[in-house]
Amino acid sequence: MAKRSYTKTPMREQAPEIRSRNFDEVALGYTLAEGQLEASRCLQCKNAPCITNCPVMIDIPGFIKAVEESDMPLAHKILSRYTNLPAICGRVCPQEKQCEMVCRLGRSKKFEPVAIGKLERLVADWALEQPIEYSETFGEKGRVAVIGSGPSGLTAAGDLVKLGYDVTVYEALHAAGGVLTYGIPEFRLPKRVVKQEIERIIAQGVKIETNVVVGKTITMDEIMADFDACYLSVGAGAPKFQGIKGTSLNGVYSSSEYLTRVNLMHGYQFPIYDTPVQKSTNVVVIGGGNVAMDAARSAKRLGVEKVSIVYRRSLEELPARQEEYHHSVEEGVDYHWLSNPIEYIDDGAGRLRAVKCVQMELGEPDESGRRRPIVIPDSEFIIEADTVIEAIGQGANKVLLDTFPELALNQWGYIEADEETCATSIPGFFAGGDIVTGAATVILAMGAGKIAATEIDRYVQQTKQEQLV
Amino acid sequence: MFKVLERKELAPTEYEILVVAPRIANKAQPGQFVILRIDERGERIPLTIVDADQKAGWVRLIFQVIGKSTAQLATVMAGEYLKDVVGPLGKATDIKNYGTVLLVGGGVGIAALFPIIKGLKAAGNHVITILGAKNQHLLILQDECAKYSDELILMTDDGSAGEQGLVTQAMETVFEREKIAMAWAIGPSVMMKFCTLTAQKYSVPIYVSLNPIMIDGTGMCGGCRVTIADSIKFACVDGPEFLGKEVNWDEFVNRMQQYRSEELLADERYKKQVSING
Repeated sequence: MAKRSYTKTPMREQAPEIRSRNFDEVALGYTLAEGQLEASRCLQCKNAPCITNCPVMIDIPGFIKAVEESDMPLAHKILSRYTNLPAICGRVCPQEKQCEMVCRLGRSKKFEPVAIGKLERLVADWALEQPIEYSETFGEKGRVAVIGSGPSGLTAAGDLVKLGYDVTVYEALHAAGGVLTYGIPEFRLPKRVVKQEIERIIAQGVKIETNVVVGKTITMDEIMADFDACYLSVGAGAPKFQGIKGTSLNGVYSSSEYLTRVNLMHGYQFPIYDTPVQKSTNVVVIGGGNVAMDAARSAKRLGVEKVSIVYRRSLEELPARQEEYHHSVEEGVDYHWLSNPIEYIDDGAGRLRAVKCVQMELGEPDESGRRRPIVIPDSEFIIEADTVIEAIGQGANKVLLDTFPELALNQWGYIEADEETCATSIPGFFAGGDIVTGAATVILAMGAGKIAATEIDRYVQQTKQEQLV
Repeated sequence: MFKVLERKELAPTEYEILVVAPRIANKAQPGQFVILRIDERGERIPLTIVDADQKAGWVRLIFQVIGKSTAQLATVMAGEYLKDVVGPLGKATDIKNYGTVLLVGGGVGIAALFPIIKGLKAAGNHVITILGAKNQHLLILQDECAKYSDELILMTDDGSAGEQGLVTQAMETVFEREKIAMAWAIGPSVMMKFCTLTAQKYSVPIYVSLNPIMIDGTGMCGGCRVTIADSIKFACVDGPEFLGKEVNWDEFVNRMQQYRSEELLADERYKKQVSING
């Protein structure tokens, strides 16, 4: 066998100067030959640590071996046992903090870990090209309602159908996918891929009803009466605002609004699509997570010349994926490190003119383990801006929870659910994903969906047994 | 897909449609709204639920042509379909027996006021209604409002129906002669602002229904945020009704103008397309 390459097989990407002008996917994917080359780097560990560090415990060496042997149907079959959304996970999972972090190859000197995510994507993209196989399951084991069609809900629904349930997913928006559809931009996760992956879950027998706001269009009581169990996966979709002076000026957006306009409503194709997004010259994004990267890079693609990110800590503490940060720098996004906005300044006509910031320094670590930012006195400075996008996090949306007061919440307003079983304070109601953990990752939400499916199956069968006695 | 059952022109540039949406009809209460999208490329626009028939499964919507989407909506005929309709959204009006209530509607806002009139009447209130518009043709739903009002006062800018003048003048007259427990005003923002000032003069609490720019309508973006008693609220989930005296009107009016140039562009482009395609 040829000597293993120290580094990952590179994936072709659109050049920064071209891609920062379009919404097409940045990373272009492996060819089969590239995939095989990369797959041959895998050590095929027994008790592979990558498996245990994957929230849905994919048999990683197994599918990689199949890729190496160019047996794509087998590779896909292995993946499908564990994940319903591989094309999405392969693209948006923070592999460097999960499977790839513990890869034994990566732990040995000079070697980079195996590009597990990129290989998963290769297999999943291959599978999306194959004809859809319709399932013949009839859902005789019981009826389950899933509320919210984001990654957690779709995973639970997919697994429940495979277990033999009749599953209906209720979605408030006009399109399924949750954050995959309205949040993560086209250039990172093409909507075509999301759509195809969801079509495949529907082909398995999952019913998805859009335009249903549970709590408003139908009530929790009706759900309780019509279904044997329910999985609540409504996400953490309510934007937070810092609430500083000028927050209601024209030109000040939440990242949720900006990204929803751009992604879900195709604002970047205005006026072919009807929803506009503001034309800007100077955009300031507040925050340092993946959402901030997405907003900044979207603004660039809308033709904005100057886009800067204001983050209150330093590069070392940046919560965004390294890869996304590098992409943003390549595309010309500027950074103001250790800075925090304190006021949005009016142009005198109700529009944003500038962002007033202060300089920070880092003190002792806080409960998250990151060093706490402290304001440096008399350090105010001004950044000219006609648009500001706050990407400082999301909280629990109260629309559903307000109509369901029986359900126990924790001190942050998220649903209290058992980590091991997803069980809530009400029998038959399970919850997982961001509505339990607060804003986290796609793959963690999927992990919760998997657990919920197993536990819901156990619960429904047990209840039916008891009813027979 | 949501079928349009009936479509009627109520006034020049004002239309009524009945849309088949059994679940929404089942749950709709006065004060609530829907968000609809006409087609795949459409934007999401909020419209108040004017009426609902649970048995027949339709909701009644009334709109005025003010831009591209409403112009296009006016071309959707009975038997045709809307891509998406979601609701009922927002908090319902606090309907109960207050005693004597005053309801003020302006222009197409009359449509949003009507279900509240109906609800308050059914709850046993003595209902006084003031309707205002530019001219008699734009005084929509007159007969229906009259049916559920103990007293109906009409005001027009040109005097073509009722009295000539503003709704606030009629409000003054009512406040001068009797004790009003609670008032509502729905119409253009300037009208609602001045109705609030008039009611405040007589220390009468007044609700207004705010209609800011919305996208999802479910509390997930904050595009519709308004400042109420100095704190940020989302009109789609915390409203759309708020106490008039607590609304930051200047900010509200300013935020409504955000996409003025884009709205004009979309409208012109649509008109051009229509004239080419006939």
